[in-house]
Amino acid sequence: MRPRAHQTGTVAPSIPEQARGVRPRDAEIGPEATDIELTVNGTTHRVRVEPRVSLLDALRERLDITGTKKGCNQGACGACTVWVDGRRVVSCLTLAVACEGREITTVEGLADGDRLHPMQRAFVDNDAFQCGYCTPGQLMSAVALMAEGHTCDDAEIAEWMSGNICRCAAYPNIRSAIRQVRDTAEGTRKGGR
Amino acid sequence: MRSFAYKRVSDVATAIAEVGGDPGSEFLAGGTTEVDMLRIRVARPRRVVDINDLPIAAIEDLSDGGLRLGGLARMSDVAAHPAVRERYPVVSEALEKGASAQLRNMATLGGNLMQKVRCSYFRDVDQACNKREPGSGCAAMNGFNRTHAVLGTSEHCIATHPSDVAVALTALDAIVHIQGPEGARTVAFDDFFPLPGNTPDREHPIAHGELITAIEVPANPAARTSHYLKVRDRESYEFALASAAVVLRVERGIIAEARIGLGGVATKPWRARQAEAALTGAPALRAAFEDAAAAELADAVPQGMNSFKITLAQRTLVRALETVASAHGGEGNA
Ligand SMILES: Cc1cc2nc3c(=O)[nH]c(=O)nc-3n(C[C@H](O)[C@H](O)[C@H](O)COP(=O)(O)OP(=O)(O)OC[C@H]3O[C@@H](n4cnc5c(N)ncnc54)[C@H](O)[C@@H]3O)c2cc1C
Ligand code: SF4
Ligand code: FES
Ligand code: FES
Repeated sequence: MRPRAHQTGTVAPSIPEQARGVRPRDAEIGPEATDIELTVNGTTHRVRVEPRVSLLDALRERLDITGTKKGCNQGACGACTVWVDGRRVVSCLTLAVACEGREITTVEGLADGDRLHPMQRAFVDNDAFQCGYCTPGQLMSAVALMAEGHTCDDAEIAEWMSGNICRCAAYPNIRSAIRQVRDTAEGTRKGGR
Repeated sequence: MRSFAYKRVSDVATAIAEVGGDPGSEFLAGGTTEVDMLRIRVARPRRVVDINDLPIAAIEDLSDGGLRLGGLARMSDVAAHPAVRERYPVVSEALEKGASAQLRNMATLGGNLMQKVRCSYFRDVDQACNKREPGSGCAAMNGFNRTHAVLGTSEHCIATHPSDVAVALTALDAIVHIQGPEGARTVAFDDFFPLPGNTPDREHPIAHGELITAIEVPANPAARTSHYLKVRDRESYEFALASAAVVLRVERGIIAEARIGLGGVATKPWRARQAEAALTGAPALRAAFEDAAAAELADAVPQGMNSFKITLAQRTLVRALETVASAHGGEGNA
């Protein structure tokens, strides 16, 4: 029941860990910066970070993958929502080093080239944003929500989307977008079941 | 954020040895409290030891009909587990009314019991706070204390315990399983959370290097109709202003047994023993619920801004009792 995304970028061939020269899984690292490997949207990147660097900052500041946004930086807004091993999490309270060996999916991983993910299409169709700052997080939650199966009615959608705050209060339109994907065959097929 | 080192471990013995043998190390589970505390410099470890790979996340049946919830079980996984939903709806409801879907995917049960208070003065290292800096005073006492506690407070600390699931688990008399450098032991749930008294910095009986490996929930047939009611400033993704966990055994309209936890109003997950005593043997009717709630809050101490909680907690408890009583075919809301 993991949400599914299209993978962008070149998918790194899977090389055994030793061959990649990754240190043993239990080696102590830091406090200085160390090379770690992060797999984002199917591509494995080598990135130099200190253990204190959040996944959010590693994505935005080090890897220049800036779709994921920083709102509160304390787990309270959802702007930084990404998936780690297919589960939606907040990347501001996730350490980048803790994500080595895990699969990270960001909003950039949703579209298939120029073809939008059905949820992105539905957000456009339903005018589900104003400033757009919360939108990447809303999308990552909304696609995960389809897989989690909490889309029965508006009350259930609102409850399970409550981890994503929208200062522009686009909530009714976000719910419409989610209903659109829920109610279309395409949504069921590609929305991540 | 200050700098720190990082180490990932994959078995319980190594985790305990690594933290137990180094005063500067701390466990890192879901990180939803720990990374927050690191960032605001309330936590200042030399190193974090990542325990997410430890094999203590399972949810298992106990032979007597109870459940053993792994210390690393995620809030979302526990809430969704069919046995938890069926036997202890109060636990599922408390979990699903806590934090957000994203945070529940990260946060573990062990971490939940160890989470820090949300008092804004505790979080601000420039403010006086006896919990963070013993002897420095309590800025909340004459400060903005609308969300603070009215039960179990002392002149040294009035911070509310923030956990929801702990309120349900205290009503169920859960048992905390702990493993540490000195071996394994268990602690009764109510004993896990001390009152602040003169030592608000002492928040739990866990010694350095000790790990919560599991939480055992004893069998309780009455818990199948249990309920958690949470009242807050907004409908979702917010801590409780008042909450109630209720388990009732009703026989021919008379309450044979009541187990009640209160949240959002006390310095620890509050076992409402006075209300329980008042209810036992009483008819399952609103008048008895109101008397019991009044008995529990009789000793409440309001601070400047939170006196409304004394009424709110009573109403919350009465409504939760009505809901559970009506599920028993009692008069409840009738
Ligand atoms: C925005 C926000 C809203 C929230 N809302 C709610 C809410 O409504 N209700 C609610 O109940 N909670 C709420 N929380 C708190 C959340 O539930 C806790 O942060 C979470 O449960 C902590 O678990 P964790 O696995 O992330 O712990 P971590 O952050 O990894 O660890 C917390 C502490 O526990 C220690 N620790 C972790 N695991 C163990 C273990 N097994 N044994 C011993 N020590 C351990 C760590 O060293 C650390 O000191 C909220 C949090 C945030 C950020
Ligand atoms: S209420 Fe407790 S946590 Fe808050 S400032 Fe006072 S001592 Fe610190
Ligand atoms: S930036 Fe992570 S939740 Fe707000
Ligand atoms: S669209 Fe502006 S914050 Fe949501």
